[in-house]
Amino acid sequence: MRYGRGPEILRDVSFSLAPGSFHFVTGPSGAGKTSLLKLIYLAATPSSGTVSLFGEDVGRAPVTARPRLRRRIGVVFPDLLLLEHLSAFDNVALPLRIAGHKPSDYRNDVAELLSWVGLGGRMASMPPTLAGGERQRLAIARAVVNRPEILLADEPTGNVDHEMAVRIFRLFVELNRLGTTVLIATHDQDLIARSGRPVLHLEHGRIALRSPLSQPLGSVRG
Amino acid sequence: MSERFDPARWKPAPFLPEGDGREGSLIFVVAVLCFLACLTAMGVLAADRAAHGWTDQLTGEATVIVRARGGETADAAAARAAEALAGTPGVAEARALEPSKAYDLIRPWLGDVSDLEDLPVPRLVTVTLDPRHPADARRLDRALKSDGVDATVDDHSVWIKDIRRAGGVVAALGLAVFVIIAAAAAAVVAFATRAGLAARSDVVEVLHMAGAEDGFVARMFEMRFARVAGLAGLIGAGAAAVLAAFLRLAGGGGGLTPALPFAWSDIAAVIPCPLIAAGVAALAARLTALRLIRGMA
Repeated sequence: MRYGRGPEILRDVSFSLAPGSFHFVTGPSGAGKTSLLKLIYLAATPSSGTVSLFGEDVGRAPVTARPRLRRRIGVVFPDLLLLEHLSAFDNVALPLRIAGHKPSDYRNDVAELLSWVGLGGRMASMPPTLAGGERQRLAIARAVVNRPEILLADEPTGNVDHEMAVRIFRLFVELNRLGTTVLIATHDQDLIARSGRPVLHLEHGRIALRSPLSQPLGSVRG
Repeated sequence: MSERFDPARWKPAPFLPEGDGREGSLIFVVAVLCFLACLTAMGVLAADRAAHGWTDQLTGEATVIVRARGGETADAAAARAAEALAGTPGVAEARALEPSKAYDLIRPWLGDVSDLEDLPVPRLVTVTLDPRHPADARRLDRALKSDGVDATVDDHSVWIKDIRRAGGVVAALGLAVFVIIAAAAAAVVAFATRAGLAARSDVVEVLHMAGAEDGFVARMFEMRFARVAGLAGLIGAGAAAVLAAFLRLAGGGGGLTPALPFAWSDIAAVIPCPLIAAGVAALAARLTALRLIRGMA
């Protein structure tokens, strides 16, 4: 995979994720972790090879199919991408509104989820007024509110202290228990070591190390 | 810090932030365009009314030019012509014009000549036609010929045709001006949509990543600019209505000039303006947003 005519970012990357599994992607800065996640959440297309999600070759799927596929994926972006002019409640409700649900069907779920991530008292707050960890949890709540089949998180603990990182990781474990496939890109080696979860280690755009992966839910081959 | 928040009373906030500073200038430009469009529409209505008034007057009348023949005097020929025409079906009244009035008509061309009466000036007979079943020029001509009167019937058809053509040209020009104004409004909205999309690319990105379709994102801009243009249309139409009302009050039924006789009912022409402005803006915003969003995806 490459951006435009630039250098190749990912090469010979081939793996599958089993439904309900929990994996880490790690590697030094510039190894291609973010690009790999972008391929999965359809923000980038492979220049060669295939990305298969839910049994569909998403590289060949028409552009019009992307929204349908994206609604099945939750993403915690590295820069969080919260809408600063919307309240915490509105930010979390956003994927449900886009999916066309009625507010009466989901407003209690959104409130519950915000309480679950520890933002029960900050529902009306605007993102600029939230602390770093709160913003991180808000982004996570938005990513999981519509019960995605896959959750992708890019450096979700990058800007928080160790204690908060552990709390966020527990959130992911809980979601995974509920059936969501989780893939976290991080270079927090301490977190990875303590989790005991399988790891894909990227270096210079290639997989340098990998743990065994079982029944595929989605796959990347290139 | 904690706030009281009741999820049961929550209402979804608009995805696009409210109160963008650029909207003020857009409202001003679209309001001016709507003002001009409303003035054009009212001008066309007034011109159309003037043209209809003139043609109605002309179609209800005919003029007969009578020439004396043999030993008969012009006045006697005119009287005979008037008599013949008065008895023709489709004629309400036929009246020979007094010689002094005929001289008055040609005096502007000849000046104040003392012996004007010596000139062989043809006499005129004015014919008022029956408005329900008006006689045509051929019938009048036949009636005159059967009585042996040497005369030419002018049913004003040449003038009527010219006035109708002029009325059509004014209407076409009005329509052209209207289309140009609508195109200008669409271009302004397209420009504003482009700027709005560039300024709010973060919102577009988040919505896309959360699974929003292009049409969903475009609809946000469509609704936003339709509302802004509708408000601008209301302002422009209101200003045009106030101006028209002033012209009607100042100029009376004849307007400031007989060529544009404003009526109170003309002001109703401004009513669809806000809706048309909103519709044009919605279409322009949607098409622009869709094209740009597809390029961003």
